[in-house]
Amino acid sequence: MSEFLVNIEHERLSFFTPVGEVKALNDVSFHIKEGEVLGIVGESGSGKSVTAYSLMGLTAYPGKLLGGTLDFNGHRINDMTEKEMQKMRGNEVSIIFQDPMTSLNPVYTIGNQIREVLKLHTNKTKKEIQERAVELLELVGINEPKKRLKQYPHELSGGMRQRVMIAIALACEPKLLIADEPTTALDVTIQAQILELMMELKDKLGMAIMMITHDLGVVASMCDHIAVMYAGNIVEYGTTDDIFYRPKHEYTKGLIRSIPRMDTTEHERLIPIEGTPVDLLNPPKGCPFASRCDNCMRICLREKAPVIHFDDVHYSTCWMNQKAELEGGTKQ
Amino acid sequence: MVKYILKRLGMAVVTIWLVATLTFFLMNMVPGGPFLSEKAVSPKALAALEEKYGLDKPLFEQYLTYIKGAIHGDFGDSLKQRGRTVMSIISSKFPVSARIGGLSVLLAFSLGVPLGCISALNRGKIGDNIIIVIATCGIAVPSFVICTLLMYTFGVKLGWLPTLGLKTWKHYIMPVAALAFYPTAYITRLMRSSMLDVLGQDYMRTARAKGLNQFVSLFKHALRNAILPIVTYLGPLIAYTVTGSFIVEKIFTIPGLGGEFISSITNRDYTIIMGTTIFLATLVILMNVVVDIVYKLVDPRINLK
Repeated sequence: MSEFLVNIEHERLSFFTPVGEVKALNDVSFHIKEGEVLGIVGESGSGKSVTAYSLMGLTAYPGKLLGGTLDFNGHRINDMTEKEMQKMRGNEVSIIFQDPMTSLNPVYTIGNQIREVLKLHTNKTKKEIQERAVELLELVGINEPKKRLKQYPHELSGGMRQRVMIAIALACEPKLLIADEPTTALDVTIQAQILELMMELKDKLGMAIMMITHDLGVVASMCDHIAVMYAGNIVEYGTTDDIFYRPKHEYTKGLIRSIPRMDTTEHERLIPIEGTPVDLLNPPKGCPFASRCDNCMRICLREKAPVIHFDDVHYSTCWMNQKAELEGGTKQ
Repeated sequence: MVKYILKRLGMAVVTIWLVATLTFFLMNMVPGGPFLSEKAVSPKALAALEEKYGLDKPLFEQYLTYIKGAIHGDFGDSLKQRGRTVMSIISSKFPVSARIGGLSVLLAFSLGVPLGCISALNRGKIGDNIIIVIATCGIAVPSFVICTLLMYTFGVKLGWLPTLGLKTWKHYIMPVAALAFYPTAYITRLMRSSMLDVLGQDYMRTARAKGLNQFVSLFKHALRNAILPIVTYLGPLIAYTVTGSFIVEKIFTIPGLGGEFISSITNRDYTIIMGTTIFLATLVILMNVVVDIVYKLVDPRINLK
């Protein structure tokens, strides 16, 4: 197998709904090395979560993987049976969801839900499992862990519950932690705490993180690499510096323009990206972003732009770059 | 918890008193009386009868006498069934109804819950459609039609099952089935919608993401959440079903309490009306308290205060 922990190549995935085929992922490729943090950014419906779920074999009905290969930690996800996948989930790869308020089962204690995953994937005795559960709660910074284990989710705050979710996710020391907008439902101060905790734990445990978010601020501070997704495509991929300082795709540029800045003296208006996301039932022939793009050219509407590599890592799919290249690289 | 139960029981006494009072006065407002029948009774005999049962006294005095007796556990004698007390009638007929009712609730629960689950898990597929069509029929078709159909098919045409009375276990099959039909259909539908709701919850996704298999995530994580509406429905259902069904009892000639309810009203048998009404009210209230306690056991979020 390859040097990568995660290697997704040309993944295509559609949801077959009664009204037609929704092309959720069109040719998505990326990889994650061990211990690396990859941020996946994009607006709602761009395919961030779908990518993550498909990697865990959790694609919801009526979704169907149509093509491409997904490799994780030496497994070819495409060929795995449900049983093998169950062994992998929660063990080698874990996930934290967006809403901690609803992600824990309300009728079981925290302890029950943490022990459950340990019981499933380890051969520990009852006593060891209990000790590990206490240890995990300490690890995620929950005080009085012994008392907490006996409490129900509704007795904890949102931040606490997300910590519990992280504890559950980390129980078996996974190689990859998928964080699906882990801070969206939390208030800002708690957000910072949770992100800090995740980074701290990453350094401690050496796992890779796939950080799904629509918050550029989150990825800027955490990620090694960033993939920008739009309408089921990765439109730009690069290091964090590439994305923030040398964005190549018009969509990425638009995203960055819409971040509030602290360093301007005058009152500067935020520039939103106009228009609405494309309808994935009938994706356009050309570049999916064309209809919202300020610099849209004729070719953008007709044809999809090829992938253009700027260096070993940084690539993008935008005709503007092609144009720049054809004109002798004068335009950035 | 104990405090809560005591509080609820205290409230129950007040509720039962209200039910008794209301029934007493409403019943007396209805024209007619227990001793008016087709056969003309001589005015003298009527007066004697009314005097015997205290019906000649002012209404309010009758009410006070009744309540006083009821507090001491004396619900009076039947006005129509000579020589029998209300208590003796209820205690002889209730066990019959309770047996059939209890069995049919058990049947409805143990059939409805799995059917609802199967239906929800196969949503939109053929199994789901079949179950839903049958369940809708079960709700729509009145019990006398079901009774008659059962009787005609298994009793008359096939001759497998006896149609009258309650002598052997075979006698129980048809009445229990007929009585269970509606609640089974209702529980199936309730379970289906509640299960569908739970299956879409985030914690079910968490359960799968943990690596639990379908079986465990269904039985451990989904069922306990999805069963709550069924528990709510089960309380009043038990109360109403164990007190018997007039129709089913009439058709299968079963000497149960359900028949007593109706005939006491048509007979203006005042004491029986009062007795059975208070009995049913008590049962409903008790079942509701039990439901609340079960609720608390199933869902820790419920706070009993």
